[in-house]
Amino acid sequence: MTRGGAGRTAVQCVLLLNAFLVLAPMAIMGVSAFKSTREIFQHPFALPGVWRWENFARVWVEARFALYFRNSVLVTIASVVIVVILGAMAGYALGRFRFRGNDLVYLYFLSGLMLPIRLGIIPLFILMRTLHLLDTLWALILTYAASGLPSAVFILTGFFRTLPADLDSAARIDGAGEWLIFRRIMVPLVRPALVIVAVYNLIPIWNDFFFPLVFIQTDRWKTLPLGMTTFFGQYSADWGALFAGLTLAAVPVVTLYALLSQQFIRGLTAGAVKG
Amino acid sequence: MARVQLSGVTKKFGAVTAVNEITLEIPDKQFTVLVGPSGCGKTTALRLIAGLEEATAGDIFIGERRVNDVPPKDRDIAMVFQNYALYPHMTVYDNMAFGLRLRKYPKTEIDRRVKEAAEMLGIGMLLDRKPKQLSGGQRQRVALGRAIVREPQVFLMDEPLSNLDAKLRVQTRAEIKKLHARLQTTTIYVTHDQVEAMTMGDRIVVMKDGLVQQVDTPLNLYERPANLFVAGFIGSPAMNFIDSALAEAGGKLFVDAGTFRLEVPADLVSQARPWVGRRVVFGVRPEDIADRALANGAQPAWTIKAGVDVHEPLGSDVILYLTAGAHSIVARVDARTQAKMGDNVEVVVNMRKMHLFNPETQQAIL
Repeated sequence: MTRGGAGRTAVQCVLLLNAFLVLAPMAIMGVSAFKSTREIFQHPFALPGVWRWENFARVWVEARFALYFRNSVLVTIASVVIVVILGAMAGYALGRFRFRGNDLVYLYFLSGLMLPIRLGIIPLFILMRTLHLLDTLWALILTYAASGLPSAVFILTGFFRTLPADLDSAARIDGAGEWLIFRRIMVPLVRPALVIVAVYNLIPIWNDFFFPLVFIQTDRWKTLPLGMTTFFGQYSADWGALFAGLTLAAVPVVTLYALLSQQFIRGLTAGAVKG
Repeated sequence: MARVQLSGVTKKFGAVTAVNEITLEIPDKQFTVLVGPSGCGKTTALRLIAGLEEATAGDIFIGERRVNDVPPKDRDIAMVFQNYALYPHMTVYDNMAFGLRLRKYPKTEIDRRVKEAAEMLGIGMLLDRKPKQLSGGQRQRVALGRAIVREPQVFLMDEPLSNLDAKLRVQTRAEIKKLHARLQTTTIYVTHDQVEAMTMGDRIVVMKDGLVQQVDTPLNLYERPANLFVAGFIGSPAMNFIDSALAEAGGKLFVDAGTFRLEVPADLVSQARPWVGRRVVFGVRPEDIADRALANGAQPAWTIKAGVDVHEPLGSDVILYLTAGAHSIVARVDARTQAKMGDNVEVVVNMRKMHLFNPETQQAIL
């Protein structure tokens, strides 16, 4: 009894520490967003003397934050939607149909997991230039969609495999065709997995700095992380505004995660239990 | 309503032959049970009729139509699965209505059929629930309901009771029978449970290793099994099989098992005579063996002396596990028997109910 209690306390201490380690930088970021650059360096952990809301205003107006924000939202949503739709279709085919080459196709997708896509930046750049997609959002969307597919196929194939085989037999006898079975029976049943795939892809895409840096030159098409660089001058940086921008950039993702975390966790554990 | 006909139907999965040239006619309106041990091909046969598997060879007819190339949805059948296969994200109502909606039935007609079926099955108050919120028995009814609303020509049922507990199984067994009597739809029912087969089937198809062993009414299967497999499969406890020889002495025929000899009744002599002097498998059901002390007018020529190894009282009667020489014999005797473990008893075999089998072909001689 007491041993169990002690064990629980220990576990909770570890979890609390972990929570602190995650939350503290976010808190510092949020608080620093209200300070001047000078204050940030003089009292890095103190609350601001004056709450400078103007940092946010400056970010919004000067740095064309709204534009970058729109670009980021467009790119992220488009990529995630493509990953989820194509991933679900591929996972369904690979997880529920036996056909010649099934394993080969599956392995081909999985091999993508082992290949860091950034290694392919030069061929990717050349490809995008040939396709005349450089300096467009499509360059980003296509790259993200492609790099997100391996993990999506991996996760969703596993989920589709766990669904009882008789379900499609029942639906087939009920009169449903393949597409209907997929849409009306199978997809609703793997929804937790779809949420996992979406969240899993969403955050890295939202935060990505590398591909916009390489593919995007025009200010009009910059995404948030790239746009934030406006605040780094050659000789100085406006740290207050930068933190304000980062805070704004983090808000949608954190909110979304909070909303979906229930489903996300349920999905993860469901996958873990069923293997 | 329609009859179902299989002619020379074979299904191979790679090198494995699951169903081997089955020819079978299932008459209109009958309740036919496919029974056999697991892996005998009964479920595959059902899935072939449903169209969920494609036959490697042979023809399948539903009604007058050859359906080999007809997809499941156009075969006018409904199927109940072992694990029910209810759509987990839909309510009971939607589960039952799904097939009708896909077939574009008018809303009012769907509503009428679903409610009627739900009423019939006593699940009217569950229509808004999800399958997860139902007990096993309730799910089973929903699965039946989903089949009923379609009003198909043929019901296919794949071990629908095997996930229920013993009491519910007996109850649902009777309800499915009643349902069949009411709807009169041709039904093909797969089970591995011979009691289910015996109690439910108008006719039973016994299968083993992808082959049909015997097709008959329950009573005929019990009394006239065509071979050793059917004889051993139908009935519980299983029929006793004793390796014997058929001997003739003084104009009478005897089953000679070494340690005991039993006289063949006069009316069976002519059928048995060709086997005199040859090895046979003698078969007798446990219920055809009685405690001699309690048997009236017992024939001395049908008596076996044996030791009691195990004594299992069932209340209604007693199962005795006996040893006579090298032979183990199971007997189902009157509950009033005085026999106890370790005793030596005399039991009488009702030789009018005897069976003889050819040990090589395993086919019944009589």
